[in-house]
Amino acid sequence: MSTSLSGPGSAEQAPGREPVRRGLPRTSRTARNHAPITATGLVGKVVLLGLVAGIAIWAAFPLVEAEHWIGLGILAATTAGLFYLYLSRRHIPAKYLVPGTLFLIAFQIFPVLYTASTAFTNFGDGHRGSKDDAIVAIQTSSVKQVPGSTEYSLSIATKGDPATGALVFLLSDPKTREVFAGDAGGLRKLDAGQVEASSLTGKITAAEGYTILNIGQASGRSKEITDLVVPTSGGAIRSNGLTRAYEGTAVRAYDAGCDCVKDSETGKTWTADPGVGSFVAADGDRLAQGWKVNVGFENFSRVLTDPNISRPFFGTLLWNFAFAIGSTGLTFLLGMGIALALHSPRMRGTNLYRVLLILPYAMPSFAMLLVWRDMFNTDFGLLNNLFGLDVDWFGGSWSARAAVLLVQLWLGYPYMFLVTTGALQAIPRELTEATSVDGASPWQSFRAVTLPLLLVALSPLLIASFAYNFNNVNAILFTTEGGPFPADNPTNGATDLLITYTYRLAFGAQGAEYGLATTVSIFIFAIVAVVAAISFSRTRKQEEVYS
Amino acid sequence: MTTYADAPVTNRNATGRSRGRWFAQVGWRHLVGVLAVAFSLFPILFVISAALNPLGTLSSTELLPTGASFENFTNLFQDTPFAHWFLNSLLLAGVASFASIFLSALAAYAFSRMRFTGRRVGLLALLLIQMFPQFLAIVAIFLIFTTVTDLWPAIGFNTPWGLFLLYMGAALGANTWLMKGFFDTLPKELDESATMDGASHAQVFFRIMLPLVAPILAVTGLLAFIGTINEFIIANVFLTEPNSKTLAVGMFGLVAGERNNNFGMFAAGTLLTAIPTVLVFQLLQRYIVSGLTAGAVKG
Repeated sequence: MSTSLSGPGSAEQAPGREPVRRGLPRTSRTARNHAPITATGLVGKVVLLGLVAGIAIWAAFPLVEAEHWIGLGILAATTAGLFYLYLSRRHIPAKYLVPGTLFLIAFQIFPVLYTASTAFTNFGDGHRGSKDDAIVAIQTSSVKQVPGSTEYSLSIATKGDPATGALVFLLSDPKTREVFAGDAGGLRKLDAGQVEASSLTGKITAAEGYTILNIGQASGRSKEITDLVVPTSGGAIRSNGLTRAYEGTAVRAYDAGCDCVKDSETGKTWTADPGVGSFVAADGDRLAQGWKVNVGFENFSRVLTDPNISRPFFGTLLWNFAFAIGSTGLTFLLGMGIALALHSPRMRGTNLYRVLLILPYAMPSFAMLLVWRDMFNTDFGLLNNLFGLDVDWFGGSWSARAAVLLVQLWLGYPYMFLVTTGALQAIPRELTEATSVDGASPWQSFRAVTLPLLLVALSPLLIASFAYNFNNVNAILFTTEGGPFPADNPTNGATDLLITYTYRLAFGAQGAEYGLATTVSIFIFAIVAVVAAISFSRTRKQEEVYS
Repeated sequence: MTTYADAPVTNRNATGRSRGRWFAQVGWRHLVGVLAVAFSLFPILFVISAALNPLGTLSSTELLPTGASFENFTNLFQDTPFAHWFLNSLLLAGVASFASIFLSALAAYAFSRMRFTGRRVGLLALLLIQMFPQFLAIVAIFLIFTTVTDLWPAIGFNTPWGLFLLYMGAALGANTWLMKGFFDTLPKELDESATMDGASHAQVFFRIMLPLVAPILAVTGLLAFIGTINEFIIANVFLTEPNSKTLAVGMFGLVAGERNNNFGMFAAGTLLTAIPTVLVFQLLQRYIVSGLTAGAVKG
């Protein structure tokens, strides 16, 4: 190896590595230039860089095959950058920061920025693709069977799993005996040698590379089969039952001259409105298929002003704060109380108590949330059985909220108990002894000495716990799922947090509204960031006062 | 609160032998402890009872075990790919927590011991990024990984590696601040003297810093491990094939549709899932206390 390949043992401390204490002259570091290149360091570096090169080469082939030149460029640049960084003697902080940062950029920052950019669009169901996609979708969905249109015999097939794989129509024209494969991407002709067909009906019974669904499998996916439209030059092919298909003509057609869609049967026209990304008729009727456009700050103003959204938004915000503060505060109070009770030199068996107390924290929380959900079950839940109650816990708004908080208390207080115990042990005994010598009551000494010291030590944890609970999806999703829902609004329930509300907006049964969902998530982000910033700065002040 | 026990020193020398006095000083503490233990344990007792319940339904489960049958356990392994889920979860959580701790320890070392342009900005940026809930980006993540699955099926959907990469994206945001707090508590004289003796930055990191924070690394690693085991939202989008699921995704599916009938199997699975974490937890609980508070104060 040439000397330019400096191992981790290479001596030079780059200019970046300044002593932590300020004001130390840099020249004092010349002595370090003689640190030897250790063998382990060198071997480790060669192995790791070899691994990087190997992964890069492995990743490059599919990129070349798919002709993803931009991706290949990024890959090459990243690999070259890594080699430069770890072979050079400089940029030492970067050597430690780059590995994590690469992952951070690729899998966190990039998706988050991508998501944030959709907050300014109407991206969602009905507004997914470009305008051209929307026009194709409008035309193909308006296909109707007209007299004289070609009929095919149909077999439903897939290239993947019969239950989940993407569907393909295998079509044969009974007159010409030509066979085709068609999916949403279009129609292509198949070689007659590739398929076996029934001599009677011409129906395809086997085809190379395809699995043909039997009637049972096909009828299980009949909705998808009805929805599958194969676009053709003159219109589109749709299924008619599970064994026949027809080529129909589009009733609605796009006219570039007026930038509108015309219905040839009724004569109605829908004109493109680039502001909302839809075709709108004079009477306000909107076609379901639209396209993605930038809507500026409309999503933001909708959240704040549209009563259908803002009313649940602010109600949910209020409960969200109550939930986060309640979860953090109650667990802290209970955990601290028990820690104080057990913290006494005359107590025996505290270790046993501790081992048993922290069990809820060590149990898998996702499973215990589901167990609690079932313990709250009205008909055969443990709580109702045990106490002879008949409460529909998740049926009423307040009982559901109380139930959720109780579950949070159970899951969270052992953690608070643990950290409070730790903090109590760190408080010098002399301090509390001094107060009692001065004649303070236990309560006074707790209030004036113990609690402030505890809060100094634990407030960063309390803030972190607050921020975590503010977005605690599992706690809601696994128990009440946001319910109970008011009769008039199935999208926002009494125990919904902003984040579960957002989840429902984005992925719920009402149809996806990604644009709106990401807008709400930006609000969540802003709220948590502001709360955390304020509390962190207050913690700093507190620390200056007490420590 | 030590005052309760320490204050009545004078009383102790007097006739402090009556039961009432014992209760006022120590007994009530045991009462609190016993009540707290009861609160902690009754749901777990319920799970044990459900797992041993021969009928295996929610409606027939009492708080105390009514029978001792291992039918639920055998059903769990026969009827569901539970062994796959268990191994998937252990592998994923083990590798992910180890790697994420290592990545954030590297970054924390740089942030704690080096001064460079962009240090403050970098630290603040991490704090902010950490607050953006990653799963809200799930639409973007889904679109990105659709492309990835086409190009490299080995790290795409239904593989633990795709999920692993995604969890690595959150590694820096989650632990760097906490870890930087730990490093800050170590006296700077230690690594300065090592450097004077000719140690390189890498030797300082691997030979001096890492061993000193090892117990705390173990605790942070354990918390990351538990966090990964419990992660549901992203894994649920990623893993759809039965054999590739993790415990959280698989077991949720077990009781999502059939709440009553699968409850015994679910409880059995919960107990099995809890065994590794509870064991490690009990071993490490001493460090957990000191680790969490030490890092937090300096954070």
